[in-house]
Amino acid sequence: MSAATHSLPAVRFENVSRYFGDVRAVDNVSLEIHDGEFFSMLGPSGSGKTTCLRLIAGFEQPTQGSIFLHGTRVNDLPPYERDVNTVFQDYALFPHMTVEENVGYGLMIRKVPKAERQRRVQETLELVRLPQMAKRKPSQLSGGQRQRIALARALVNRPRVLLLDEPLGALDLKLRQEMQIELKEIQKRVGITFVFVTHDQDEALTMSDRIAVFNAGRIEQIGTPAEVYEHPQSTFVASFVGTSNLVPSDMARKLTGQNETFSIRPEKIRMVEPGAPVQDGWAAVEGTVREVVYLGMLTRYLVQVDGGSELTVVRQNLDETSMDVLSAQGKRVQLTWQRAFDRVLESPQ
Amino acid sequence: MTTISATTNPTTRPSLIRRVSTFFHRHPTLTLVLLLAVPLLWLGVVYLGSLLALLLQSFFRLDDFTGQVVREFSLDTYGQLFTRANMDIVVRTVAMSAAVTMACALLAFPISFYMARYASATGKVAFYIAVTLPLWSSYLVRVYAWKLILAKEGVIGWFFQAFGLQPVLDAVLAVPVIGGPSLSVSMYGTFFAFVYVWLPYMIIPTYTALERVPRSMLEASADLGARPLDTFFRVILPLAFPGVVAGSIFTFSLTLGDYIIPGVLGNSAFFIGQVVLTQQGTAGNIPLAAAFTVVPMVIMFIYLFIAGRLGAFEAL
Repeated sequence: MSAATHSLPAVRFENVSRYFGDVRAVDNVSLEIHDGEFFSMLGPSGSGKTTCLRLIAGFEQPTQGSIFLHGTRVNDLPPYERDVNTVFQDYALFPHMTVEENVGYGLMIRKVPKAERQRRVQETLELVRLPQMAKRKPSQLSGGQRQRIALARALVNRPRVLLLDEPLGALDLKLRQEMQIELKEIQKRVGITFVFVTHDQDEALTMSDRIAVFNAGRIEQIGTPAEVYEHPQSTFVASFVGTSNLVPSDMARKLTGQNETFSIRPEKIRMVEPGAPVQDGWAAVEGTVREVVYLGMLTRYLVQVDGGSELTVVRQNLDETSMDVLSAQGKRVQLTWQRAFDRVLESPQ
Repeated sequence: MTTISATTNPTTRPSLIRRVSTFFHRHPTLTLVLLLAVPLLWLGVVYLGSLLALLLQSFFRLDDFTGQVVREFSLDTYGQLFTRANMDIVVRTVAMSAAVTMACALLAFPISFYMARYASATGKVAFYIAVTLPLWSSYLVRVYAWKLILAKEGVIGWFFQAFGLQPVLDAVLAVPVIGGPSLSVSMYGTFFAFVYVWLPYMIIPTYTALERVPRSMLEASADLGARPLDTFFRVILPLAFPGVVAGSIFTFSLTLGDYIIPGVLGNSAFFIGQVVLTQQGTAGNIPLAAAFTVVPMVIMFIYLFIAGRLGAFEAL
């Protein structure tokens, strides 16, 4: 790949909108996806992330704006003329073809010679670790295996951009976590740009180089997992990515003297004896433990702050048994955190 | 169960309906037997029983002198069946059935495709009603309607005359074997009427099969580089094929057995159904009628076997 094409973004949206009647599924979105990165589109259902993916694939046409793939405007290009491939949410494997025929479909359509086709199909099946399944029908595979075959069917064409539409949604938790790591490894190995749509924030944080957080057809924030998690730019991002305590302005004024809403992550709050001395640069409030939720590895405490709202605190069960943590219910506590960790949000509600 | 009812309603015993429900819930096999008893009896006695009686009859023979059925095993009737004249009837009927089936499939596919892929929800309902609407009225009325439409003085004849196409119509009618003095008194008439009356039976299963092909599968094909025509031949058609075969079983077998349409429209060449009717009615030759009835059954078995070999049932 020449340096010139390398510098071009793999995907670029320029003020793209997609309306369905009165519904603005995608509302004036601009973004750039770098060549070779693992890019996630994260958001709740109906936030426009899947529509964005379909716009890249060519299944939808933008109502307004332009879409570029490696610098070429593709608005009017049908799916079969775009150098992208998709892994579908329901896998969409062809039931009347064997695994081998499914994976080789794109190569056959492009008239790749049979010998090379077979070699590449076998190679790709090995990449997804299912080389022995070539002769089976999709109906004879488990959900996890179908998922891998769908991935192989897209990867075998060596597209420049691979689109994945919630590909792990139908798998159980253990399998999903395995596949997350495996997908990331495959992406590093093949060096293809991955555009990954998910509503699962853990998944997005685990795999992505960068994340775009979608809400109501718009992008709320684009950044690395750490940026999105540690520096949420809006109330929505703070609450959708991980859990956050959103401290409303009236309580914020009492705490910090400033009238701005801010967020603080539950794991950043310390729970200590009431009246304990407060260090410089730390915020402190007192309250009563209203509820204790024992989660095995962690315990979540809901603390009713005096004269204010509720804060959630998460603590690792390091030196305590379940009996110890559950007995905290109803106790008076002091909550403190480093002021450096709270985040003033740009768009207070 | 008792403990639950005791806690929810400690003073009274559970009601009768509840006890009956519980009984059946606990004895699923008995429930199944009770549910299936009547339909199984119907299938076993009335349905298969009559078929068996039919098969038996075909192995009896008619005594030419007395006109009585001789109830002894013999292959005489089948010998009679395999005469030149009777085989002509079989070939004619099978050829008509095949032609009707192909015409129905060709007409039904685009309609079904539009219904399944492009029509809105209300459009689908409208299409569905339009397709099944002819089935609401009497078959006989519709067949006679075709007789008038296709008659020499009918609307089609008028159309050909009005546009100066009479020579075309004459040429079409001059074709040997299938031609005749007018459309309604030729094989064309029989063919048109058959295609018309059986078309819904082809559209519905084809539509159902097409409806079951998820949109994502077509998108996947396009995504992998296939142009619409490739997608059609490699994905849509193979997946819809079982539906077309299901429809063809209807159109083929219904044409094989019908005796009314060739009686009303056509050049009075006999079809299997008509032979069965005359043999068991006026001629009183029930064994030969039975033997004739076995023919479409055998043909259907062969048909299903070939369809199975073609992989028609693989994508089910």
